This record gives sequence, C-alpha cells and structure tokens, in this order.
Amino acid sequence: MGLDLSVQIGALTLKNPLIAASGCFGYGVEYTEAVDLSTLGGVAVKGLFLKPREGHPPERIVETPSGMLNAIGLQGIGVHRFIQEKLPELRRLRATVIVNICGSTLDEYVELARILSDAEGVGALELNISCPNIKEGGITFGCSLHGTFDVVSAVKKVTPLPVIPKLTPNVTDVASFARASEEAGADAVSLVNTFLAMAIDIETRRPELSNIVGGLSGPAIRPIAVRMVYECRRAVKIPVIGMGGIASARDVLEFIIAGADAVQVGTANFVDPFIWKKLLDGITDYMRRHNISRIADLVATIDTTSREKEWISS
Amino acid sequence: MLRDVEARVIANTRLSADYNVIALAAPEIAQATQPGQFVMVKSARSADPLLRRPFSVFEVLRSNGRVDGLTLLSKRIGVTTKILYDAVEGDTIACLGPLGRPFEIVDPPAEAWMVAGGVGLAPFATLGEALLARGTTTTLFYGARTGAELFYLDWFKSRGIRLVLATEDGSTGDRARITGPLERELRQLESRIPNPDSRSDIMIYACGPEPMLEAVAHVTAKFGRPSQVSVERTMGCGMGGCYSCVIPVQDGPNGHHYVRSCIAGPVFHGEDLVWD
Repeated sequence: MGLDLSVQIGALTLKNPLIAASGCFGYGVEYTEAVDLSTLGGVAVKGLFLKPREGHPPERIVETPSGMLNAIGLQGIGVHRFIQEKLPELRRLRATVIVNICGSTLDEYVELARILSDAEGVGALELNISCPNIKEGGITFGCSLHGTFDVVSAVKKVTPLPVIPKLTPNVTDVASFARASEEAGADAVSLVNTFLAMAIDIETRRPELSNIVGGLSGPAIRPIAVRMVYECRRAVKIPVIGMGGIASARDVLEFIIAGADAVQVGTANFVDPFIWKKLLDGITDYMRRHNISRIADLVATIDTTSREKEWISS
Repeated sequence: MLRDVEARVIANTRLSADYNVIALAAPEIAQATQPGQFVMVKSARSADPLLRRPFSVFEVLRSNGRVDGLTLLSKRIGVTTKILYDAVEGDTIACLGPLGRPFEIVDPPAEAWMVAGGVGLAPFATLGEALLARGTTTTLFYGARTGAELFYLDWFKSRGIRLVLATEDGSTGDRARITGPLERELRQLESRIPNPDSRSDIMIYACGPEPMLEAVAHVTAKFGRPSQVSVERTMGCGMGGCYSCVIPVQDGPNGHHYVRSCIAGPVFHGEDLVWD
C-alpha cells in the first residue's frame, strides 16, 4: 500500500509531517552527518533577526525532570549571512526550509519577510512571536491578540510565502491567538513554544540560568502541549503544527490525533539526532496497522464519545 | 563518520571513590576518533537524565591489531557520572560520536607539553600516543588535589612520556597547582637559552578546570608559546544544535563573539579565547 504522508501548508507541500523545530537544529547544516535533510517534512532554522545577535552569556541551559530550561537569547548570524552562507547549502541538500523570523518591531518582521521572499529556497516563514527569553519585541506581539493580528497581517501583505505564527503557551487561552492568526490571514499556526520557567541552585541560591528565567521544553510539557493543540484545532480551520516534548512516533501520532497536521521535534533531537528515521518508520508502521493510507485522514480523529455508553452497550 | 551505538560495558575499573575508567564496545566510534574528540553518552536503558553528557575519549582499545572499543575517564559529580561509576559489565551505554575539533598534532623537532588538571587527563592518552607515533618528545604535566588522584602514571611513563607532577597537598610532586611547574620549566628554558631563535618549538596542550586553562593560557602567552586548550562547557547536544556550550573568542582588538564549543572546539588555540 502506497502511503501518502504529505502535508499541505498553504502553497507549500511537506513530504511528511516531521519538521525540525527552530532553535533545536541550528541552521540544519550541522546535522547532515545524522540525517538526510531532504527526507524531513521541513527544517525550521534557528530564529533570525535582521542583524547578528550574541545571545545571553552562559549558563544557557539546565536539565530539569524530563525536560530542560533554555535561555539562549536568540544568538544568530542575522538574515543576510543566513542567505549568503546557509541557504545555498540547504538548497543543495534539498531541504524544505522554514525560516523562523524575529523582530523587535513590526517593521523588522516586515523587512525580514521582504528580504526572505526574494531569496531562493525559502519554503515558508515562521513568525517567532513567542520567545520567552528576550525582552524586546517578539513575545510582546505574541501575548497580545491585537499584536498577533497586526504582525501576521503586516507580514502577509509583503510576502507570497506561507506564514506560520509560532504561538506561546504563556497565555490564558492559546486558541484565541490561533483564531486571531487565522483572521489575519495566517496559513497555519505552530505551537507550543516553551513554557516560561526557572530553576535555582539551592546551595548557592543562584538561578541556574544567567537570564534567571528560561523556557521549559521536553517530555515534561507534552501533555499540556497536546491539550493546547486540541483546543486550537477546534478553534481554527488552518493547519496546526504541533510541538512540545515529542520523543517517539507514539508522541507524533498523539499530536496528530489531537489535531496537528504536522509536528515539530526539538529537544528529542538533542538526545538522538538519528531520531528522524525512527519517527518516520513508527508512523508508517502505525498507518499500515490501522489501514490509514493518508496521514491527513488521521488528523483530529480523537474519539471523545462517552466511554460509559460503550461499556453499557457491550 | 558519526554514529550512535548502544555500547556494551566491557569493563569498569574504579580508580578511587570518585574516579573510574569505563570501557565501551563502540569499535566504529573508537576507530574514527582523533585525539581531543569527544562522545555524548547517556544510559541506554533510561530516559533519566534526558540529555547526554560529553566525555573525551580516553583510550582507544586494541587487541590483535583490531579496535575493540574505547574508554572514558570519569569523575563522579552528577547523575550521569554516577551511572558510569556504578555500571557493570554487560550494561549498555548510548554513545554518540566522534564529535568536535581534535588537537593539531605537532611533529619533531617541536616538543609537546601536555598539561592536565584532575579529570582533564582524559584527552591525553590518545594525544600522547599520536605524538609518540610521530616521534615528538612529549611531557605530561599532571596535577590533582592529592597523590591518590593521579592515575595512569605508569601508563604514560612506560610509553616514554616524561612526567611532571603536582598536588595541592604536596603528597606527590610539587605542592602547587600544575601551572607552577609549567611556569618554572618555561622560565628555566628561557634562562638556559637566552636567544629565542635557538629555542625549540614547544606546543602546550591543556585540559582541566577552566581557571587552570586560563592560567595556562596566560603563562604560555607570557613566554610566547602557542597553546591548544580543550574546554568543557555545559553542553546539550554536542552537534551545534542547541547553542548552550558557547565560549567567547577574540574578534578584533577589543571585541569578542560566542562560538559553540562543541563544533568550533572543544579544542581552541589558547590565544583565541577570551577569559571572563
């Protein structure tokens, strides 16, 4: 049985639902010894500003139960060096490139979108409006419904590329942000970015991270992320890209059943850079076992009918 | 070529209450490893801890001309080092590697001085062998808190590596930090041969706690000697993906910028690093 794993995000077709999550995969080219980038649904590269950024001083990460905190501070080479130095290599490797962009102002998002729309080899733009670790911009858009609407519509006006706002879970009702994104013309939403969190060394009474607070990722957050994807799926018609602690094919399938059209994998790639083939094999095994020929047919198939009724009828 | 293997524990030798040398059946990784490179390890049986931890490859194990595996020198300070300390033959450890930029190996007539602090001895067994294979005269400056924590002395001595030892309690060698004897020997060399052009080249290799590396970089700079230092920063992935293990490097006369020590290092030229 030929399986159709493809996912449609606006005009962009992903060959499968597996995307390397931004901030967890460098610029993609770091991972060529572990994975053929052309076999991935997409590669979301590390968040880019217009200009290079140094990021925060170490310590930048700390492990916590079933997860990790990070406050990298969006160290990056800036959009121009990305286009010159990384994009040609990604194109040569036939990667489907999703460029994650960050701005301190609305104009910076618009400028980045303009520049990247003219570059060859960009598949989609992911708007980072959810990084919890930097003060300027980004999260200020992502924590306001008006801000989210404004940045999505402004970017949509200047680019033919699919636009995917990446949503923060650090809000009361993430589904309303998915809705604001859809109304502004977003082609999809991706969620969740990390949960704002902190950890303290009790011997020194110092925070574990130089930034004091950071973003929590990894299996610890997965059940919350699944719930948020489920809520967003019910709120919008555009594709939902789910992420948060995925570490196995079972976790990918859980997100898809909850309502994700595609998924991103981040922290688990740190642990196992060879995870991608294992995930893909696990998904196709499941599809064969359940007689599913199109992965799209599995999306949002969660069965919430009453268990009690089933029990009575049996 | 990068590999991830579930390596069987071939042997685990406890050297002290904290230190051990664990032998892992990862022949392909061992075969491909160059001196100074590292592996990322975790338990193959448990997802706790979640992230791998970096270890220099200590020895490449050979028998009958074949590579059987590698060893890691570990000091028990956290969860993963405790797993490595407690592991028994037959356990499995997930081992990803080889990773990172190796040492540049100098040829004669240059000499090599290796400077190790504590568990920072780890990269110098493979480096020492590679240097000797080139015929390079090699010295190991090796410091620890106490004489009971100086390991593998016979291993290095029997291969023809000169040893200079220091302990903080004076139980073996100089009562000093290892940079003490290093500085002394550099000064002696200077006074013995006043003409800098007549002195032989010496490459100084160092691995140990960061304050020691900083001291080595200062001492070597003072005497105009080049150095290569192997750093260890908190590392999430070892592949350049997470940007956690950054270290500042010189960037023009006054500036610096962060590079990822996993892929730009862990070995750096001492003069390139900026010390906080």
